[in-house]
Amino acid sequence: MDLDFSAEEEEFRREARAWLAAHVPARPLPSLETEEGFAAHRAWEGELAADRWSVVSWPEEYGGRGAGIVKWLLFEEEYYAAGAPGRVSQNGISLLAPTLLDHGTPEQRALLLPPMASGETIWAQAWSEPESGSDLASLRSTARRVRGGWVLNGQKTWSSRAAFADRAFGLFRSDPDTDRPHRGLTYLMFPLDAEGVTVRPIGRLDGKPAFAELFLDDVFVPDEDVIGEPGQGWRIAMSTTGDERGLTLRSPGRFLATADRLLRDWRAHGDPADTALRDRVADAVLGARAYQLFTWANASRLAAGSSGEASESGRSMGAESSLNKVFWSEYDIAVHETALDLLGTECGDWTEGYVFALAGPIYAGTNEIQRDIIAERLLGLPKGRR
Amino acid sequence: MRFFLDDEQRAFARSLDGMLTAADVPGAARDWAAGEHASGLAVWRRLGEAGVFGLAAPEEYEGVGPLPVETAVAFVELGRHAVPGPAVETVAAVALLSRLAGLGVPEPPKRFLPALVGGRVSATLTLTGTRTNTGPLALDADTAGVLLAAGDGEVRLAPGQAGTRASLDPTRRLGRLLPGGELLASGEPADAAARRALDWAALATAAQCLGVGYALLDRTVAYVKGRTQFGVPVGSFQAVKHRLADVLVALEFARPLVFGAAVSLRDGNRAAARVDLAAAKVTAGDAAHHAARAALQLHGALGYTAEYDLSLWLLKARALRGAWGGAGMWRGRVVEGAGGS
Repeated sequence: MDLDFSAEEEEFRREARAWLAAHVPARPLPSLETEEGFAAHRAWEGELAADRWSVVSWPEEYGGRGAGIVKWLLFEEEYYAAGAPGRVSQNGISLLAPTLLDHGTPEQRALLLPPMASGETIWAQAWSEPESGSDLASLRSTARRVRGGWVLNGQKTWSSRAAFADRAFGLFRSDPDTDRPHRGLTYLMFPLDAEGVTVRPIGRLDGKPAFAELFLDDVFVPDEDVIGEPGQGWRIAMSTTGDERGLTLRSPGRFLATADRLLRDWRAHGDPADTALRDRVADAVLGARAYQLFTWANASRLAAGSSGEASESGRSMGAESSLNKVFWSEYDIAVHETALDLLGTECGDWTEGYVFALAGPIYAGTNEIQRDIIAERLLGLPKGRR
Repeated sequence: MRFFLDDEQRAFARSLDGMLTAADVPGAARDWAAGEHASGLAVWRRLGEAGVFGLAAPEEYEGVGPLPVETAVAFVELGRHAVPGPAVETVAAVALLSRLAGLGVPEPPKRFLPALVGGRVSATLTLTGTRTNTGPLALDADTAGVLLAAGDGEVRLAPGQAGTRASLDPTRRLGRLLPGGELLASGEPADAAARRALDWAALATAAQCLGVGYALLDRTVAYVKGRTQFGVPVGSFQAVKHRLADVLVALEFARPLVFGAAVSLRDGNRAAARVDLAAAKVTAGDAAHHAARAALQLHGALGYTAEYDLSLWLLKARALRGAWGGAGMWRGRVVEGAGGS
């Protein structure tokens, strides 16, 4: 048992650190949930991609560096420690790309991944519907078979980044006559400016258009834009959401940087006699460390497993990723609450992060659903009515 | 990086688990609480034979250490089985004496370590120095063969103890060491040895908390699967599930802190070890306490009885949370020692 990095990993870390030191904008970009900020963040993705830092874990042929999970985590630590901008391409990179790599055709990968890596195409997800949230398999938007493709109809909602993004991906009901709701779904991609698509931005808690409703009215999608087999969409999407909740959605790097920032603010502004607040700062520091070490444990097991070294291993995280999601989403809110209690709600530096953190327990599978998964799949408790 | 237990470490855990499962540890714990030590001392000797008390001592004193990771592995099992007795204290005393050996004070380690390492004698100690103050009471001072008192600039062999009282956990019997006694070490070596003892006490306590927490969770999961109300297992209710899911989250995020602290201690990474040990102590203590509260609630009135063995873990979780320094002391150390350039 060790926490050591190889010389090659250390070299990779140094290279990332040096590049970031030379390129990270000196002043923060405008909020990526605004039109101006979205454009600035898109340009930043291009700058990252020009030197192959936008998607380090992808194969080289698509713009990556073929980095394994350990190097990816090191990159993330350096990225957030450098104060680099949020990733406007996150949905595509962490949700769609793994699905394309696992289930896409070589043509789809060659066509879609390089512009995703450069920020030229920014993707939004189209999972939820007005009547289908946690019970996603009940979704009702349809894909009707026509010559050469499919015609989409229905409504999607809570579609993150869709206000300014270029394309979307999601599930549609292609066979209405199956015995179980999660059968007969197909995984499709479509342009947000296609004929028949209406995007209506939704203001999140602070009014910024961070997500949108999508109305689909006879939208034609060619066969090339179906991922995997028609009717197999649920299985394909679940492999994506497993990744989403696993190690790749929220790396420890961002929370280590947040905790570090809180600690600096505490040292600058905190009252040493206020041990109640000091204890919450301690919890922020040790929580980030716990998340980092939890992630290293899983990452090194996965890495050893893929090289056949470890007996207790597997390729993906499975139900364990629900532990992860509950932890980081609640941690993120707690840290921001502490910062607001330390500095006041008028401190500009923490308020946008706080609003963003508040959504954490809701998106990517609510924490109630995650706790059901933990209880049933990890603790073996019996299924019951929700 | 390989931040997971290797095959040998997992086999060590399994062998201790098997040995403790075969021994009637709950019975020994109840005897211990009643002041009858024979059955507990039999378990103690077997732990000594298994090498548990040699993990903090170097080979020249019949130890196999220092092996903090294996120590954490062992104490998870001790917690899981609610083993009574001054195990943390003995390991901390062994660490203290081993540190003295490394600092050119060879007499006390030569005199005490072989018997402690072999499990023939147990030790207890108090740390009352300014930087290591964890209170004046010593666990199981009425049975321990070696009583150490470390204060500012000195380590003494206490001449005896007085006033045994029970903790909230009746298997934890606390005494006050008598003042004076033979001076074993003084000055900087004494302070360095006391700091080392506190490091190992924090690590072993945190690991023990983790084991206590997992035992409480496992027992409660088994109970709510079998207990039926309204015609279904109570474990199928979402309120019950979510409470237990939160316990698992707390334990699973405490575990890497405990082993991270062990690795930092082993690697002699002082800055990291200082924060990691504090983080582990706080987090594992809180997780075990959280597990205990959930276990009590979800067992209903059955869990509230002394007769039911769950009580052994319920009360131990609460007592360990404050043993070797309370959460406030350790959280203070986290903030003091963390990076944040």
